Amino acid sequence: MKRYILRRIGYSLLSLLLLSVTIFFFVRVTGDPAVLLVEPGASRDDLEMIRRQFGLDQPLVVQYGGFIASLFRGDLGQSFYYRTPVFELYLSRLPHSLLLAVAAMLFSLVVGIPTGIIAAVRVNTWWDSAGKIFALLGLSMPSFWVGLIMILFFSVHLGWLPSSGSGTALHLVMPAIALGWVFAAAHMRLTRSSMLEVLGSEYVKLARLKGLPEALVIGKHAFKNALIPVLTLAGINLVIMVNVAVVVETVFAWPGIGRLLYEGITFRDFPIVQGVVILGGFMIVIVNLFIDILYAVIDPRIRLES
Amino acid sequence: MSIPADVIPLPSHTPGAPRFSVLRAARLGDVPMIPLVILVGIAFVAVFANQLAPHNPEIGSLTARFKPPFWVKGGSTQFLLGTDQLGRDVLSRLIFGARVSMVVGLTAVVFAGILGTTLGIISGYLGRWVDQVIMRLVDTWLALPPLMFAIFLAAIVGPSMWNIVIILGLTYWTRYARVVRGEVLSLKEREFVRLAIVAGCSKWTIMRRHILPNVINSAIVLGTLMLGVVIITEASLSFLGVGVPPPEPAWGLMLSDGKQSLMVGRWWLSVLPGLCIMLMVLSANLLGDWLRVKLDPQLRQL
Repeated sequence: MKRYILRRIGYSLLSLLLLSVTIFFFVRVTGDPAVLLVEPGASRDDLEMIRRQFGLDQPLVVQYGGFIASLFRGDLGQSFYYRTPVFELYLSRLPHSLLLAVAAMLFSLVVGIPTGIIAAVRVNTWWDSAGKIFALLGLSMPSFWVGLIMILFFSVHLGWLPSSGSGTALHLVMPAIALGWVFAAAHMRLTRSSMLEVLGSEYVKLARLKGLPEALVIGKHAFKNALIPVLTLAGINLVIMVNVAVVVETVFAWPGIGRLLYEGITFRDFPIVQGVVILGGFMIVIVNLFIDILYAVIDPRIRLES
Repeated sequence: MSIPADVIPLPSHTPGAPRFSVLRAARLGDVPMIPLVILVGIAFVAVFANQLAPHNPEIGSLTARFKPPFWVKGGSTQFLLGTDQLGRDVLSRLIFGARVSMVVGLTAVVFAGILGTTLGIISGYLGRWVDQVIMRLVDTWLALPPLMFAIFLAAIVGPSMWNIVIILGLTYWTRYARVVRGEVLSLKEREFVRLAIVAGCSKWTIMRRHILPNVINSAIVLGTLMLGVVIITEASLSFLGVGVPPPEPAWGLMLSDGKQSLMVGRWWLSVLPGLCIMLMVLSANLLGDWLRVKLDPQLRQL
């Protein structure tokens, strides 16, 4: 157990290291980082000053050391546009992103799990096909287009929902659906396959042999066990939602991290772009580690295997 | 849009199953015709865009701004699908947009496929530290959501169509590497590979002549399934302003421009490009699903 957890932590640290090297490497190799770090329209002297100030005239290894050291201090540089540290900006936007992610997750589970169960129980019927079409549409429509169509319908024509901004629960409805649809498709597919597997298992057969009503077999015996992998995936997807909401947040002017990233792109505010990407990667690596450890604690097969 | 884990069902080739050939399958007669026709149609439009487009896609006339499609009141048959905020013909832009999506989608998928398959074979066959290095790299790459990674790269290198192709390739090669490596691990225990070793083939020859032909079909199937993902990512990048630069008529870019006038009811500028993206991605997904089922005899019965 201890060895397993230590190895997992080791892998995660390695991932973080590689991530920082990758990001550092791409910025340095693909062009002059001074151009990215200085505000657009700076003079040649300014560029030289920036180069010296950020140590860009130093060897790469020394530069990387400095980069890592400032990361450890939580220093991701300062935004050109907002004139505040990137980390502070990130923290101020994070709650909005989390709220949106939780809402989108609720939508994806409320839609995905029941449809997945129905598709599995009524496998190869009309229900199953309808579920497949729903999932396929989710995968084939860009989320920002779904958002725009909803705005057209619910805001422009019907006037039911606000088209952008935040503040009330109504503001949350359309972004949550636009973001959650593709995840609902994923959760549906996994629920279906997981349910199919459980329904073929011995204990479900036993429950049926005992003469339990079908609703009880599905609801109590099968459903509970089929839910485990779905909830694990949902846990990982929640973090991914926080980090991929950029298009949806842009469409609905939702003030989260994605919107911050978009602002970073449009204002050519490179420290923001870099900061959001680094923090996003770190968040995902750490959550993955957490889930791995949780698995080992729950499931003895995993911790004994190593 | 980034696709969450588990959405794309990965092809799994059963060792021992007869070699599947994409060409042979195409002769079997049950090709899903509608998606195939749509994709071929889009490809046709992309190739003959110059001949098909009624107007220049990049030059409009400011006196003809925001004309609706011909069936709506105020529209005319001069601009069948209306005009945009600069008076450019939407139909012509959609036609040339097909070219952008096709070129970017196909080349990016092929680029990612070559990179990922090569590294996957090397990783799986050589094993040991090479495998460790490549797989740790894959893990790290996968830690970042693809869209975020693509945005990051695009922000560094600046927008251009070929930069986008390279960015998408660098973003998506990991999927191929994972799948191909897994297959190579089981392939390399098979008799024919052992015989090749005994016969004195070099590692390079074995990977090229014996392993590659056995994983190429999976790579093709994965590529078909990836086409949709890649096109959506390209559209997202263009939508965010780090994709194909204006005035090039990319569908994602058209959506982004159309967003501005959506609130005043100019729906055609947002609805039509999105419909094109959806049709293309849906067709690619359906075709990919069909290929995957063809490839895996176990799945065929489901």
